[in-house]
Amino acid sequence: MTRRIVTVSAGMSTPSSTRLLADRLTGATEKALSERGEQVQSRVVELRDLAHDIMNAMTTRVPTGELRGVLEDLGQADGVIAVTPVFNASYSGLFKSFFDIVDPDDLDGLPVLMGATGGSPRHSLVLEHALRPMFSYTRSTVVPTGVYAASEDWGSGENGGRELGDRIDRAGRQLAMLATERAPKGADPFEEPTPFADLMSGLGT
Amino acid sequence: MQFGVFSVSDVTPDPTTGRTPTEGERIKAMVRIALKAEEVGLDVFATGEHHNPPFVASSPTTMLGYIAAQTERLQLSTATTLITTNDPVKIAEDFAMLQHLADGRVDVMMGRGNTGPVYPWFGYDIREGINLALEHYNLLHRLWREDVVDWQGKFRTPLQGFTATPRPLDGVPPFVWHGSIRSPEIAEQAAFYGDGFFHNNIFWPATHTRKLISLYRRRYEYYGHGKAEEAVVGLGGQVFMRKNSQDAVKEFRPYFDNAPVYGGGPSLEEFTRETPLTVGSPQEVIDRTLGFREMFGDYQRQLFLMDHAGLPLKTVLEQLDILGEEVVPVLREEFAAKKPAHVPDAPTHASLLAAKTAAGEGEQEEQS
Repeated sequence: MTRRIVTVSAGMSTPSSTRLLADRLTGATEKALSERGEQVQSRVVELRDLAHDIMNAMTTRVPTGELRGVLEDLGQADGVIAVTPVFNASYSGLFKSFFDIVDPDDLDGLPVLMGATGGSPRHSLVLEHALRPMFSYTRSTVVPTGVYAASEDWGSGENGGRELGDRIDRAGRQLAMLATERAPKGADPFEEPTPFADLMSGLGT
Repeated sequence: MQFGVFSVSDVTPDPTTGRTPTEGERIKAMVRIALKAEEVGLDVFATGEHHNPPFVASSPTTMLGYIAAQTERLQLSTATTLITTNDPVKIAEDFAMLQHLADGRVDVMMGRGNTGPVYPWFGYDIREGINLALEHYNLLHRLWREDVVDWQGKFRTPLQGFTATPRPLDGVPPFVWHGSIRSPEIAEQAAFYGDGFFHNNIFWPATHTRKLISLYRRRYEYYGHGKAEEAVVGLGGQVFMRKNSQDAVKEFRPYFDNAPVYGGGPSLEEFTRETPLTVGSPQEVIDRTLGFREMFGDYQRQLFLMDHAGLPLKTVLEQLDILGEEVVPVLREEFAAKKPAHVPDAPTHASLLAAKTAAGEGEQEEQS
């Protein structure tokens, strides 16, 4: 079966270490899905390219340009990889803005693998104090292993570098498992609306 | 097919002059716009309802009653009446009174309202918005159809032996539209009662609007009111026109760029591409509006938003002239030519009364 993975990268520079981590996580997830005998269709989205469209949707709810297609793909996804740089001790504003305009129904129950990058290892808990609470609020299924990469991780020798790679692989395996076993989405309320009699249940008539 | 205008009643500074009309000027301007709508041959004027600045339309039936006294043909409506936070008993009374004064030229559009604090200001909880709309409307529906009502519900104090007065004109309640931008529950509600469904068709891409309207049509048929294509659909839209397209864009741009609802967001070009907003020549407005029929099926009512974002009254009146002289006559002809015979027009007091009389005669024949 084909599993659809959407990777969201909120890095600002090109190339960015955020995109680097996003690509590594995407690769690890694809590999783990293949090992489980699944087909994979993945898409990596750079939020920087959608920055104006995200603000348009924020101000008027109208998703302009490429954003509409991205939101549609996200609505069909079996798993999401969400990677942000750490700005002011939290996710970037653009990262938060993007998830603020996603239809809450699309995030509900969706497996999400979190990643973050920063200049120093001292911000690694951003995954636990910023990203995980947000995806708990959206009722997403958050992968237990989140991956934080500080600048020094990219240059670590034998031990440090292997450790980052191991975490990426573990996170990818966990997302692959959740994406494969994900319960099917509930009925589309526009296709199968709640009947009027049920809507009125408990109300005065 | 009915054509008309709807107003949200915003008091907005004119960005080209910096001048803000007074509340009194804005209220009188809305009345002038309604009178002009009748003058230029439009069918409907609908006012919004708001309970916070910068809006002035807090008391719709007062305004509509005043307009009724100065018009002959114009259908008076709302866009929307807050079924969530108003007392359904008062809605029943206010609109029945208006019906008598306006000789039946009245219908009502129910809406939930999108201003969070209005709920607590009127003693309600916004999280109950859908339930309030369902329960309040159910009561309103009964108050207009049953002379004596015993009722108990979740939100309002119970009623025992209550009669809403005056009774609806000729025993025919005003036709009701339900307006919603994105709630399948409201489309379901409109379909259940066989009422009309209105989409403001302003902010959402057409694909979203189509999902909601298709749902309403399907369920209208399911509940036995007629075929899906016979369901009663109304659409909003917003336009700004000049003879030359470029002049329209140039003149409207500062209003778009500074409007409280669009400013700081998409460009005028992006917004006209992705939403039904049309800024251009009368012919472009005609083409775009005919496109709504392709998208959503034959429909019964088209309302345009013309008087927002600080546009001066003089400009709005010019827009209504263009609409009445160059756009609506063509649209009437084109829509009429395309509409199959079995698709009904929007119900009016006259058509509902005729249907009621016919049904009554049918019953008598069965009895005899």
